[in-house]
Amino acid sequence: MGDLDFEIIGRALPYLAGGLRYTFQLTLVAATGGVIFGTLLAMARLSSFKPLALAAAGYVNLMRSIPLLLVIFWFYFMMPVLLQSLTGAERPPQIGAERSAYITFVMFEAAFFCEIMRAGIQSIAKGQAGAGYALGLNYWQVMGKIVLPQAFRNMLPILLTQSIILFQDVSLVSLLNVTDFVGAAVKVAQRDSRVVEMYLFVAVVYFVLCFALSAAVKRLQLRIAIVR
Amino acid sequence: MIAINNISKWYGGFRVLTDCSTAVAKGEVVVVCGPSGSGKSTLIKCVNALEPFQQGEITVDGVSVGAKDTDLPKLRARIGMVFQNFELFPHLSVMENLTLAQIKVLGRTPEAATAKGAALLERVGLAAHAAKFPGQLSGGQQQRVAIARALAMDPIAMLFDEPTSALDPEMINEVLDVMVDLAKEGMTMMVVTHEMGFARKVAHRVVFMDKGEIVEDAPKEDFFGKPRSERAQLFLSKILQH
Ligand SMILES: Nc1ncnc2c1ncn2[C@@H]1O[C@H](COP(=O)(O)OP(=O)(O)OP(=O)(O)O)[C@@H](O)[C@H]1O
Ligand SMILES: [Mg+2]
Repeated sequence: MGDLDFEIIGRALPYLAGGLRYTFQLTLVAATGGVIFGTLLAMARLSSFKPLALAAAGYVNLMRSIPLLLVIFWFYFMMPVLLQSLTGAERPPQIGAERSAYITFVMFEAAFFCEIMRAGIQSIAKGQAGAGYALGLNYWQVMGKIVLPQAFRNMLPILLTQSIILFQDVSLVSLLNVTDFVGAAVKVAQRDSRVVEMYLFVAVVYFVLCFALSAAVKRLQLRIAIVR
Repeated sequence: MIAINNISKWYGGFRVLTDCSTAVAKGEVVVVCGPSGSGKSTLIKCVNALEPFQQGEITVDGVSVGAKDTDLPKLRARIGMVFQNFELFPHLSVMENLTLAQIKVLGRTPEAATAKGAALLERVGLAAHAAKFPGQLSGGQQQRVAIARALAMDPIAMLFDEPTSALDPEMINEVLDVMVDLAKEGMTMMVVTHEMGFARKVAHRVVFMDKGEIVEDAPKEDFFGKPRSERAQLFLSKILQH
């Protein structure tokens, strides 16, 4: 360990920053899309229309039972083949690793956010929806104006905590050769044979970011508890 | 105005309501009382279809509540309801509580809805609290906001489900006063309550329920004078003790 060269980090910084930007982007898109689709899934799971509730439950349980890495591979390698056989095209359509990553993460996270939002919806007393219906509001208005805003607020700390986990999970896309933060570090490490420096640096950045974000979520949690 | 004909309702195998029939005429105030678990809440919630029922028919202003083709949101918008636990929307300000359904359901402009809301807050003595959130108000104030919220829809009838039983004793009267005024103005009201003072003052009829049945349905004078059933007498002697 005598000849560590940390200046490599300075030189590679613009490249690493680009990777980090992609990591943030993917996290943001997956969290936003995951919350939207997850909320719809949660509403479906709570629907009194049984086939819809069963289909949603099946999807969620499937996604939650398969390792994320497998979902990523499955989607990246199998989806083009599947699309080909569906459309009857001559060659498998190219989805591309980055686009594939966006779709995979939204779909995967939706299953987890679904369970959080479902608990959130159930945490709102039935009387609240009853009061909305009694005023003449319809299902979508009761959900959109009364139940979901409260459910979302109650669950915000958990949603954010899940998003921090997602932020870390995003690094798995480096296995598709996508240049996220870890992917960028891997490439620099291999090119310049500076594995220790790069992996140390990446770990420190992840630690600092996730630790700070977790602390912020804790403070938010306290504030919400006081307001309530 | 409200006609309840032979309503029966089951929760699974448990029969909550058995052949209940009564009616509330326009401008009439009917008080519903009875022991805990007798089905009062269930019956009143059947009137605006918050609870479905399996047998019988309820009509409100001639519209069948249970019929498949009834536009329920439209019907419910015409019936005001006040709950035991207020059920104000905690994430909305007092004024937003009053304007939400006016705008979304009745299609009023925000300006018109706010003007209406302000007038009703004035009426229930809470004009100064429009910008507050429900959590910042006392129970009595919250229930008065809830009444104002229901009135903002210009209902043809009002349903109350034990509106004062979650309140501290010193707040009961401020809510009852609003209800008494409403009754005196000729509002059609169906009120589940154990406040017999209120019943004596403004009720036209008293309905007594026990074990899912309407045991007694009599003009106020008759009910307090000589309730015919033993069960009603027992109930009255119990609640009038304190
Ligand atoms: N969702 C439900 N599932 C099963 N049983 C229920 C349900 N809701 C109410 N019940 C039962 O129905 C009966 C009538 O309940 P209801 O709430 O109408 O009584 P109540 O007269 O309003 O009583 P209280 O004075 O306590 O409010 C009770 O025995 C109650 O346990
Ligand atoms: Mg009740």
